[in-house]
Parts: sequence; structure tokens; C-alpha cells
Amino acid sequence: MTDLSVRTGGQAGDGIASVGETIARCFSRMGLHVFGLNAYQSVIRGGHVWYQARTGTGRPRCQGDGLDVLYALDKQTVDVHAPGLRQGGTVVFDPEKFAVSPSELPAGVTALPVPTLEFARKHTSQSILQNAGGIGATAFLAGIPLDLLHQVLADSFGRKAGDVVAWNLAASGDGYHFAETHASVNAHAVQKAGAPKLLMTGNQAIALGAAAAGCKFLAQYPMTPASGVLHWLAAHAQTLGIVVKQAEDEIAAINMAIGASFGGVRAMTATSGGGFSLMVEAMGLAGMTETPLVVVESQRAGPSTGLPTKTEQGDLNMMLGAGQGEFPRAVLAPTDAAEAFHMTIRAFELAEAYQTPVLVASDLHLSESHFTVDREEVPLTYTPASLLNVAPNGHDYLRYQYTESGVSPRAAPGQPGLQFIAGSDEHDEKGHLISDVRSGIPKWVTERSRMMEKRMRKRHGLLTDAQPPVVEGPSDAPLTFVAWGSTVGAVRDAMAVLAAQGKSTNLLYFPTVFPLDADRVTSTLRATHRTLLVEANFTGQFGHLLRAETGVHLSERLLKYDGEPFYPHEIVARGLEVLNHGGQ
Amino acid sequence: MADSSARVVPTPTGAPLPLVGKSDTKPTWCPGCGDFGVVAAIEMAVKRLQIPSHNVVIVSGIGCSSNLPHFLSSYGFHGLHGRALPVAEGIRWANHGLTVIGTGGDGDGFGIGCGHFVHAMRRNVDLTYVTMDNQIYGLTTGQASPTSSMGQKTKSTPTGVIEQPVDPVALALASGATYVARGFSGDVKQLADLVAGGIQHKGFAFVDVFSPCVTYNKINTFDFFRQRVYKLESAGHDPTNRALEFERSLEWGDKIPIGLFYKADRPTYEDLEEVLSAGPLVHQKAGIEGRTDVLDEFV
Repeated sequence: MTDLSVRTGGQAGDGIASVGETIARCFSRMGLHVFGLNAYQSVIRGGHVWYQARTGTGRPRCQGDGLDVLYALDKQTVDVHAPGLRQGGTVVFDPEKFAVSPSELPAGVTALPVPTLEFARKHTSQSILQNAGGIGATAFLAGIPLDLLHQVLADSFGRKAGDVVAWNLAASGDGYHFAETHASVNAHAVQKAGAPKLLMTGNQAIALGAAAAGCKFLAQYPMTPASGVLHWLAAHAQTLGIVVKQAEDEIAAINMAIGASFGGVRAMTATSGGGFSLMVEAMGLAGMTETPLVVVESQRAGPSTGLPTKTEQGDLNMMLGAGQGEFPRAVLAPTDAAEAFHMTIRAFELAEAYQTPVLVASDLHLSESHFTVDREEVPLTYTPASLLNVAPNGHDYLRYQYTESGVSPRAAPGQPGLQFIAGSDEHDEKGHLISDVRSGIPKWVTERSRMMEKRMRKRHGLLTDAQPPVVEGPSDAPLTFVAWGSTVGAVRDAMAVLAAQGKSTNLLYFPTVFPLDADRVTSTLRATHRTLLVEANFTGQFGHLLRAETGVHLSERLLKYDGEPFYPHEIVARGLEVLNHGGQ
Repeated sequence: MADSSARVVPTPTGAPLPLVGKSDTKPTWCPGCGDFGVVAAIEMAVKRLQIPSHNVVIVSGIGCSSNLPHFLSSYGFHGLHGRALPVAEGIRWANHGLTVIGTGGDGDGFGIGCGHFVHAMRRNVDLTYVTMDNQIYGLTTGQASPTSSMGQKTKSTPTGVIEQPVDPVALALASGATYVARGFSGDVKQLADLVAGGIQHKGFAFVDVFSPCVTYNKINTFDFFRQRVYKLESAGHDPTNRALEFERSLEWGDKIPIGLFYKADRPTYEDLEEVLSAGPLVHQKAGIEGRTDVLDEFV
């Protein structure tokens, strides 16, 4: 199995993400699966940023451990990343900018000085062309055909002036031919494998899923790493008929979404932990008024402002507990783009079926990384069901009617004869307050309990409909990785590495992290030999949840809170430790 | 908004659907509370405009006055403290065929919810926002509010308020509201006119109402206002010059103006939001089934 990683590094403002995405898109057009990691900082200019496109004959689930081609736009990129180059690897750089001596490179790694600035100067004195020659040389080393590179470049420059496109094609061709003359393709270079695949970020997959689910309204306040949801839906608002509102703050965003949902359309908001902190009160409002609501929470490293451009799974406790009092909720945790698409649709279905808030738990690593999906994996065949489940002109309509399922018939303003009040105060079946002159009166004390029980009965349905935990790999494996969310990608890659070493492992992951079927999870956990909990936070929040729900304590843990995503080698090393030295 | 008759949805027999009236819930306000005048004025206004009750949504926050939606027979949303306006905006954007009226108090609207107040006005969302301004926190038993006067002694300011009060009318003028009025709950007839005018107005209509708290505010009482208020319309006022209105809004003391300060034509948010030109969102097709062109951009 071939595994090829191409990394581009430089300063913010150098166009690193654009170079990286161009390379990633060439691979996806060749019919290969790609994982693209965009590693950046909270600066607009300067600093150090890099993008890694990993591809191969398999399906990369994370950025992986290897590095084959490094295109360095500055010296810092060489200093930071060259030590990670594999045998046979190449550093592409422009000697006019800085020098790279062989002694700085690992054994078996070659420096390829490419006169990118010289190629650019043939066309213009502006700096905009300097990356073209480097992309060309990098593409050659990776096995990307020149005509494909030119197609991708032409498409990405499509809207710009004709000269810029022509210059880019010429300069990238110069770089390509230069590399052809002075170097040979990397040993891991790839070949065309089939029909083009779709390349999308997790955020784009969530946005696409929302549109497919029939979402008609998004209100959001910009916050990394959730802003991509806002950007994609805003760009498509008019063609898809979705009202996209940038609110004055996250409190407004979630209340607007609740208003729109109460008004009768599917509505969503998206944010990161800081913004979600502001939304906490309104989570309970959606729960209390039984208004369907989808909230995307894309976590970044906290606490407080934390590391805005770095990843973490540190908000799980908050998602589970957000809101005073108790109300039903679900937390879904996609592991990749295809799952993000489907789970966002699922989130809308659950929110609507149970008239309560449903969270889609993402994180920076899922939201902002590039994934490939096949068209069949994101079929646009979903027909959103009719929203309201009550006929107009109903008599004695009770919006909050006591039912066995806890789900009451839902109407929306504009429907004649069904007027009701949705109240954030405790209320009776009609929606009338029982919080003021009725509170404490025995009849209404009982009604409060009944209404609470009605709402909480919806948990049973949520649990029944929730996607159960998934076991991947041989059921009797001596080691079980336990993970959720984007971390699952690196675990899957680590399992492949271990399998290649003859070590059998399996994975227990949780598409729905809440609610959990305690009995089922307990028996699944009890059936494992040894377990290793893998989470990107300090305290093992999901481990705590599992212990609370099942009584099973996962004592072997691999916890990471440095803001960086998991690398397979870290999981492999810890997995071997547990296999060799015990654990549960 | 101009043609209110278009909103009367005929029943199958042709008879108009019920108009907004009192609900079967009795107000829980203290006897003599200014808010009784406000709920009466809102009821009069929507009745006069012949808007059937199922097409009216009254949205409130939290506080004494925010209980108002419960006392009328329209749809209602009684949300969180300070958050009536974002909910009201969301409802308007989901279904701009509805008449949306926000109600609340001074603490709700100008304290915790002040940010939403400013932004809803600059958007010129087509809704009517009626604040029952009693210059005190009533439901929490008498603390200073954002409109309490300098020096006013309350439970939370035993030696007197040391902050300048918010001037809601001036704030509304500065923030871009296109219909700015001030009423007095002691004059229900004029207040009903102001609310009806606000509902008919295309854009954000703000009606600040002196609505005395008879329990916790012994300064800004019915008598206090009766002695001071005068009507802008009887003073020959022309509500089109924003700069002059601003000056007028600052008038406070022995003479306090009530009535319509300002009215302007400006496109509403709903006018400018292109997606809504295809009709209320709630009636538009949902989903992107079959739109494989959307996937092409990911190639």
C-alpha cells in the first residue's frame, strides 16, 4: 500500500493553504483518497503555517506520520519539518530565498533547489506568482500529471484575469519540467486511480448536510473553527434558498434559530466552545419550549480563548451539561466528512422528532481538515418530511399535551385555531404558566412533575433512535481502542499500522456520545480484553461519562491536550505498551 | 404591512377568522399596574387592523411586563430575559407573513437585551417593539433599572443611582429605527394609535411606554407623568427630521413629550434579504434533493 505525504510550509499570507489545497485537489481528481491538514496560527501575516496533503492507494484517515515531499517557502519550514522526511524524501525550495545544506537533512533526503522566483519574473515583477514554480516541482515529485495540475490551477483561478492564469500555468510548467530534469519522482508517487472524488472540509460537510436536511435558516457569529459552516451556507444561501444571518453575538444567534424553528422552519446555529458558553441559557429555552434546534459545536483548545486555531475535545462535559435544570438532548459526534454530512441530517431528524436541542460535536481537526468522499457517500436523495404534525383547525389544541412518548403535537404561528404560548417558564399542557400564581399549589405541584416527566420521556425515544456504539475490527482482539469524534481517524490509521505488525486490535467508537444505552455499552465494554481510551482532553471526559453510565473505569488512557491532532505513531506506541504490559 | 386587510384569512364559510382578544388567562400584575393599559392598547390596535389572531405572534423576554403574551389570544413566545428581539427576528424571517410584536420591560430591553435592541433597529426588521418602561426592576422586587433616574434610591442603590439613565427614544433614533414613539399607559387611546401605527409601519417600530410600577417606583408614578406629558401631535410636530427628533427626545423635566417622534421609509431587512423575495421561508421548498450540481464544486 502506497502512502504519500506532501507538506507545504511558510508564513501566513504566503498562500500556503492554497498551495496545499491545490495539491490535495490534484490527488482527489486522480481518484485518490486524501486527508488534508491545515495547520495554522492565530495570525493573518507572518508566523509559521503548513498544510499537509496525505494520499495513497488506501484511505488516509488522518495526517499520518510520514513525510515525502516538503515544499518550503521559508527557512523555518526546513528547520521544523525536514527532520520528519522519510528516506527518499525531497525538500523543494528556492535558493534565491535561502540555502539548504545537505547536513541539515536526514540521511536519504534530497534538496531540490528550484528557481521559482526566476520563473515568476519571466511574467511579472509581482510576488503573486512565486508559488507556481514550487507547486509544479512538488507536483512532479508526487506523481501528479502536469495537465491535471494545470486543470486544477485554471479552475481555481477561473474568476481572475486571464493573464494571471496563463502566467501560473507557464510558471508551474517551468517548475514541473525543472524537477523532471533535476530529480526523479518520489518512490511513493501516486497514479490516477479512478473517477474524481469530492474534496471537502468537515465544516463543508456539515453545511451540506444541513442543506440536505432541509435547514432553511442559519444564524451564527463568526468563531474559529466553526466559521466554515457560516461561510459555505452564506455562499450558497441564494441558490439553495436558505436565510443565513450573521448575528450580533452567539446569544442572538441561538435565539434567532429558536425563533425561526418556532416559526416553522428547520434552523441551526454553529459555534465553538466560547460561543457555546454564551448559548447555554438558550439551550434550556429550546428544551423547555420544546423547539427543535440543531447546534454545531466545533471545539478548539480551551479554556477561555485558549488556542483558537488548535484542536481539542475538551467541551464534552459542557455539551452534556449546558443549561440549568434538566431536559432531553443528544450529542452526535461524526468522525469524518461523510459522517458529518449524515449526522447533521440525523441531528435535524432527532431534533424534530423529539422537539429538543441536538448537538453535532465537531472539533477543529474535523471541521477544518480536508477529506475525500465519493459521490455515493453524500447522496442528495433525502426528502425532508413535513414539519408540523398537527392539522389546522384542531379543537382544544394542547401544544404540550401529555403523551406516552413525551412528544406533543406541534403547530406553528399562522395556523388558524392553534394559538398557544411557548413559555420558558414551567407551563401546563396549553402552555400557560404554572410558575407564578399557581406555583406551590398542590394541583400545580403535581402538574409540574407531570410536565417534567413528559419532557424527560422523550429520552427513551432519543435513546432508541440514537446510533449505537460501533465495534470495528475483530471482535476478540486483545486490545480495544475506545474513542469518539475526529480522534477516531488517527485510531483507525494506528490500527492499520498495528495490523501490519501482526497485532490485532479493534475499535469501539460512539457516533452518538449521548445518550448512551448503559446496558448495551456495559456489556460491550465487559466483553473487551484490554482497553485504551483515546481522547483529546486532559481529564478523559468521555471516560468519565462511560464510568458514570456503566460503572466501568477505563484506566488505560492516552490523553492529549497540546492542541495538536493525534498522530498514529502515538497511538501505536501507547497501544503496544498496553498490549505488552497489561492494563485492564 | 400596508394592506392589513390582506391578512384576514377567510374560513371555509367565508367568515373572517377570530381576531385577537383576551385569553383565558387573567393578568397577574399588581392592581393598578401600568401594564394593563398596554395590553389593552395592543388588543385595540390589532383588532382595529383586523389581523386574525393566528397571524399575530407576541414575543417577550422575562419580567412583569413580559408575561403579556399570555393574556391575549394570539400566538406567543415567552422567552429568556433580554432575548425577545432575536427570537422575534427569527420568527419574522421564518414567516414574514406574520405580524410580530415584541413586548418587554426596560431592564429586559435596555439592560440585558440592549445589544439586541440596537442591532434589530439598524436592521430595520419589520416588527413592532413595545416596552413597558417603569424605570425599575419589578419582578425581582425593586432594584435600579437602566432607565432609573439619577439619585433614585432602590434596593440595589440605597444611596441613590449614580449612573445616567438610558434614553430609549434617543437610542432608537441613533440606532436606525424607522418608527419611534413614546406612549403613556395612562392614555390607552393614544397608545393604541401609536401601536397600530407601528404595526402598519414597514420597518422596525419602537414604542416606549411610560408604564408606572405602582409597587416599587414611588417617583415615576401615574401622577408624575400626568403632570408632565404633552402630545407631540398637538404641538404641531413634524416627525420626519431625525436631527430635530433627537433634540426633542432629550426633552425631560417639567414637560415630557409623548407621541410619534420619528417615521421614515427605509427598506426592511426582509425587503433586502433576497431569499425572502420567493415568499415566506416557511412556505418555500426545503432540502436540496437532486441538486447534484452542488456536489460538482467539490471536485
